[in-house]
Amino acid sequence: MTSEVMGEAKFEVDPRQEIFDQLDGRHLGPKWMVPIRKSAVARFADAGFPTTKDEDWRFTNVSAIKELDFKPLYEGGDLGELSSVRDRSLLRSVDTCRLVFVDGVFSKELSDEPASIEGVYVADLRSAFDSDPLYLQEHITRYSQSDQNAFTALNTAYFSDGAVIKISRNVAVGQIIHLIFASTGKETGATTHPRNLVTVESGASVTMVEEYLSLGGGAVTLTNAISEFVVGENAYVEHVKIQDEADNSYHVAGIYAQLERSSRFRSHSLALGAKLSRNNIRTKLDGEGLECVLNGLYITKGDQVADHHMIVDHAKPHCDSHEYFNGILDGQSRGVFHGRILVRQQAQKTDAKQTNKNLLLSDDATANTKPQLEIYADDVKCTHGATIGQMDEAAIFYLRARGIPHVVARRMLMHAFAGEIIDRIESEPLREQLDQVVWDRLEK
Amino acid sequence: MFKIQNLHAGVEGKDILKGVNLEINPGEVHAIMGPNGSGKSTLGHIIAGKDGYEVTEGTMDFKDKDLLDLGPDERAHLGIFLAFQYPVEIPGVNTTYFLKSAVNEVRKARGLAELDAVEFLKFIKEKAALLELPGDFLKRALNVGFSGGEKKRNEIFQMAVLEPTFAVLDETDSGLDIDALKVVSNGVNQVKSPERSQLVITHYQRLLDYIVPDFVHVLYDGRIIRSGGKELALELEERGYDWVIESAAQPV
Repeated sequence: MTSEVMGEAKFEVDPRQEIFDQLDGRHLGPKWMVPIRKSAVARFADAGFPTTKDEDWRFTNVSAIKELDFKPLYEGGDLGELSSVRDRSLLRSVDTCRLVFVDGVFSKELSDEPASIEGVYVADLRSAFDSDPLYLQEHITRYSQSDQNAFTALNTAYFSDGAVIKISRNVAVGQIIHLIFASTGKETGATTHPRNLVTVESGASVTMVEEYLSLGGGAVTLTNAISEFVVGENAYVEHVKIQDEADNSYHVAGIYAQLERSSRFRSHSLALGAKLSRNNIRTKLDGEGLECVLNGLYITKGDQVADHHMIVDHAKPHCDSHEYFNGILDGQSRGVFHGRILVRQQAQKTDAKQTNKNLLLSDDATANTKPQLEIYADDVKCTHGATIGQMDEAAIFYLRARGIPHVVARRMLMHAFAGEIIDRIESEPLREQLDQVVWDRLEK
Repeated sequence: MFKIQNLHAGVEGKDILKGVNLEINPGEVHAIMGPNGSGKSTLGHIIAGKDGYEVTEGTMDFKDKDLLDLGPDERAHLGIFLAFQYPVEIPGVNTTYFLKSAVNEVRKARGLAELDAVEFLKFIKEKAALLELPGDFLKRALNVGFSGGEKKRNEIFQMAVLEPTFAVLDETDSGLDIDALKVVSNGVNQVKSPERSQLVITHYQRLLDYIVPDFVHVLYDGRIIRSGGKELALELEERGYDWVIESAAQPV
């Protein structure tokens, strides 16, 4: 009986607020972070977890995350058993510069020493707080702050590690920077709050990967990650996010990008794992003549839910934004696409495109799709389209009539459908490897 | 080699084929003609093994195997080929890749080694030239954006590549102009050999000037009501179908 009473008491104040009060300087980071964190907790307290009554969360119920124990991790996992982390990466065969985080904490032992290139700064956040505090003070949390999102607020309150990538003017980074966030899954409710900051100055270019994976501990965990991007004038960023966490885990991620004049930002999302995953992608097109491509593929089965929620904010004229999301849904799984395009009054000559296609492999799979346009300018081109369909039986018969067995024919069609997304990855080694990953997944 | 006996088949309880008998020996070319809705395409689909048809009576054998027990891919492995009346567009599946998969699946089923990439490419380029297909089409997605004529040529090209022992050509001539028809017919005739047979389904006698049949059959209301030599096609061209239908309806 006692425990029941305690249980009720516990939920009057959300544990995420209570635990915050127990944090000390070791957790909070530099002094200037403290007010930012406090206001984030206040924002969380104010907003609370979203419910399906919130328009932006209509299709995705996060009550299971709310009920989950909350154990923010500040210590990395035990390294003794973790030598296989790099081998678990879906990109193990690709030549990348790896930064490995175990249970949210940077592991120097498992990471590559970034090549020392003039104008390229790649570090873990804790080191960066010491070595470059002014830079962090200028950027970190600045782009995500405006979002009244409980998960973003929680990340800001609790984050303790992540990657910092700073590319100076006109530097083209040849190496693929590869962040691996591995969850050991040893403790129920273990929660990590990775926080990444990527700033690319004018004329510079970089390709980077964020990869989330589980090491098989089996406990239910939550990853609540944020990445902030600043893409300078004429700069180019290709960003690939791979989410392949254990199928009982929860994954929420925010991507906030501030895009300057004539830049190109391509962000690809591959959602394969987790029981529930949600990506909040917010891009601000804040200079003329830039291009923003958001491109995603989700492949789900069982009772998985994969949700992508985008807000593309056209603030300046002559910008192109394209969103392409394809889902392959099996079992009772669900794919959610919610894309909002906001075209502000001065953003004339905007060309905004949105496409969401879903392939349902079973009678019980569901796709929810909600394209949304909010246009205040009068000379713009905005299109959106969504399709939900099943395997094309005529195409399967055609392939079979040429001798291709049924399972192979199905796989070829699924692979072609996935290929529409994978083919947009410009980095050839990433594209080829992910194409293989998808092909292998479709076999199962 | 190929034998149909008393075949009855339909869709959702509606009979389409009502007792078809047909026997085709190695090296023979048979033509099936008949008015719209007589069951010609259904017969082609059933030979290839398309789902959705119910065979209620009769048999269909190929090289002493019961075809009705086999899926479309297994029939293709045995050497059956259907040139589609309406070839399907398949976005995202590259034509070369598709052909390579098809050829290798057929070879695998016959216990042959897979072709290596260089050999294969050389082989299909020769065949493509035969059908006068545009140079880039091997790189394009299967049938996507192809004109009607290109799609038909692609069908015969695939036949030339897969070298089937028994090919069914379902209205391959429909929609082709005379020049394209010559190219397609030439492709078909190149594949001909004493071991290989063809069943040509068509509306128009014109095709049979180029692909000369040994036998012509008239299919009407789900039955073959008359069979003859190639001169029957000419007679049909001249007189239409009514006289055949009427004479079939007369009591013997």
